[in-house]
Amino acid sequence: MATTAVRPAVSLPMRPNVISICLKETKYEFLKSLRLPMYSVSTLVFPVMFYVLFGLIMGRQMIGGIGTSTYLIPAYGTFGVMGASLFGTAAGLASERGFGWLQMKKATPMPPFAYFLAKVVMSMIFSTADVLLLLILGSVFGGVHLSAMVSVKLLLTLVAGSLPFCAMGLAIGYFAGPTSAPAFINVFHLPMSFCSGLWVPIMFLPKFIQKIAIFLPSYHLSQLALRLVGAGNGTPARTHWEALIGFAMICLGIAWAGHQRDQKANG
Amino acid sequence: MGKEMRMATLQTVPATPRSAPFTAALMSKVSKNYGAVRALKNFDLAVRAGRLTAVLGPNGAGKTTAIKLLLGLARPTSGRVSVFGGDPTVLATHLRVGAMLQVGRVPETLRVREHIDLFSSYYARPLPMAQTLAAAGIEDLRERKFGDLSGGQKQRVLFALAICGDPDLLFLDEPTVGLDVEARHLLWDEIRQLLGRGKTIVLTTHYLEEADALADRVVVINKGSIIAEGTPAAIKARTAGKKIRCSTRLTATVVKALPGVVDAQDDRGAMVIHTSRPESVLRELLGRDLEISGIEVTGAGLEEAFLALTQEKAN
Repeated sequence: MATTAVRPAVSLPMRPNVISICLKETKYEFLKSLRLPMYSVSTLVFPVMFYVLFGLIMGRQMIGGIGTSTYLIPAYGTFGVMGASLFGTAAGLASERGFGWLQMKKATPMPPFAYFLAKVVMSMIFSTADVLLLLILGSVFGGVHLSAMVSVKLLLTLVAGSLPFCAMGLAIGYFAGPTSAPAFINVFHLPMSFCSGLWVPIMFLPKFIQKIAIFLPSYHLSQLALRLVGAGNGTPARTHWEALIGFAMICLGIAWAGHQRDQKANG
Repeated sequence: MGKEMRMATLQTVPATPRSAPFTAALMSKVSKNYGAVRALKNFDLAVRAGRLTAVLGPNGAGKTTAIKLLLGLARPTSGRVSVFGGDPTVLATHLRVGAMLQVGRVPETLRVREHIDLFSSYYARPLPMAQTLAAAGIEDLRERKFGDLSGGQKQRVLFALAICGDPDLLFLDEPTVGLDVEARHLLWDEIRQLLGRGKTIVLTTHYLEEADALADRVVVINKGSIIAEGTPAAIKARTAGKKIRCSTRLTATVVKALPGVVDAQDDRGAMVIHTSRPESVLRELLGRDLEISGIEVTGAGLEEAFLALTQEKAN
């Protein structure tokens, strides 16, 4: 064909543009997930539904010195970004690993990091949407008055704080079977949410659960977010960030071990 | 490495698609173990540029392992694998290679056009979208979501993903498995067109017929070792070509003694005969048993071919 004929026969192959690969990979990862109601609907609907029920319809009292509708934005925001990140990374990775799709992609010149980056960025887009929805609902229907500065800080904190959960998702994705990842994720997601005080505020939980909470990344992220709306527990932000970074490192280590295990099994 | 790559590229210029056979990929004395399982044993394979090499074998023979090694997805336990004279794991090699692997599930919510757009972006000089769609015969599926396609259509899309980067070397791992006859023949036509453009193709299959229809060279493997290699005609000549099934009062011992009969067995009240010369055997059978009935002549399956080849090897 003409394309082959005009090609200079002696030239070595050029490299394709890595940035444009990453952009395309992310774009299609996003479209793929958006069209999966299991992901897009449950990621966006559950936190919002909880917020409408408990924050807007039922929430008339004060928690930790602020209105319920304000308190629950950081709480369900944390719950939302955790779900978006865990499901956004683990479910796809486990299935694409298990069913050979990842291998098909690895046989191409695709830079492997583009694959993972796309999943993380896609999750962050859904996390952003989650927090924005809560902020809008709260300020329009819940009488929440947060300054633009606080709102932006809250958004950035929650979205940056979603990264450790992306790392956790990768770890799960490397060890879960192709179809069992969602079940695995729920085993972590729901108890972690409860014990971190994302559904029932932490001070109303039994003492022993409060003691468990400090070992949970979701607790630390929610505390970072609650601080911004004036409902923190007084622990310095630095401590929470350190806990989140440490947790992310452990998860990345586990994901790496899973990757090595796959390499051994396949190659 | 540079020199060999240049030669291989020259070879792919379609003006002389089937001239001097350069080696596009090479496996030499390759063994591959997965734990205690020896997937490949002392395996040698030379893939000639511009030709189609078929790797033929039953499930579990080591075909997919060989492909994975050539794609750099796996490393040999011992021995050497090179593609275009270089390391199969590096980007420069991957840029010139396309692969259609056996995939259990492909992301179903993306459209055909979107899958191709993404895979095309991985390569330096991809084919234009329209050309990829045409070469895979899927123009009309462009806007369809992958999950809505039939089995044959899915295979054609995977084929499109393998060729969209306009690779010089193409690996097709059981491309027609699970396809009906019509879909299989369509894919064969598309593969032949690529050969016409001077591409090098390695195809694995467990259909003897497929290797026969497409390959310049057939490598028959079983249990990780090569048991025969040569042109399709040579391979066929070495296997008992046809299977005759009939009801006859002749005994297996008598039939086995007929000239051209490789094997004869009773099978649920019928006689199954393997032969390389079905015409003369039929003439004999009809002459000796006037009441013979229910005659069926079919091409021997690969199982029979293996039987013949492995027996030959044992002798």
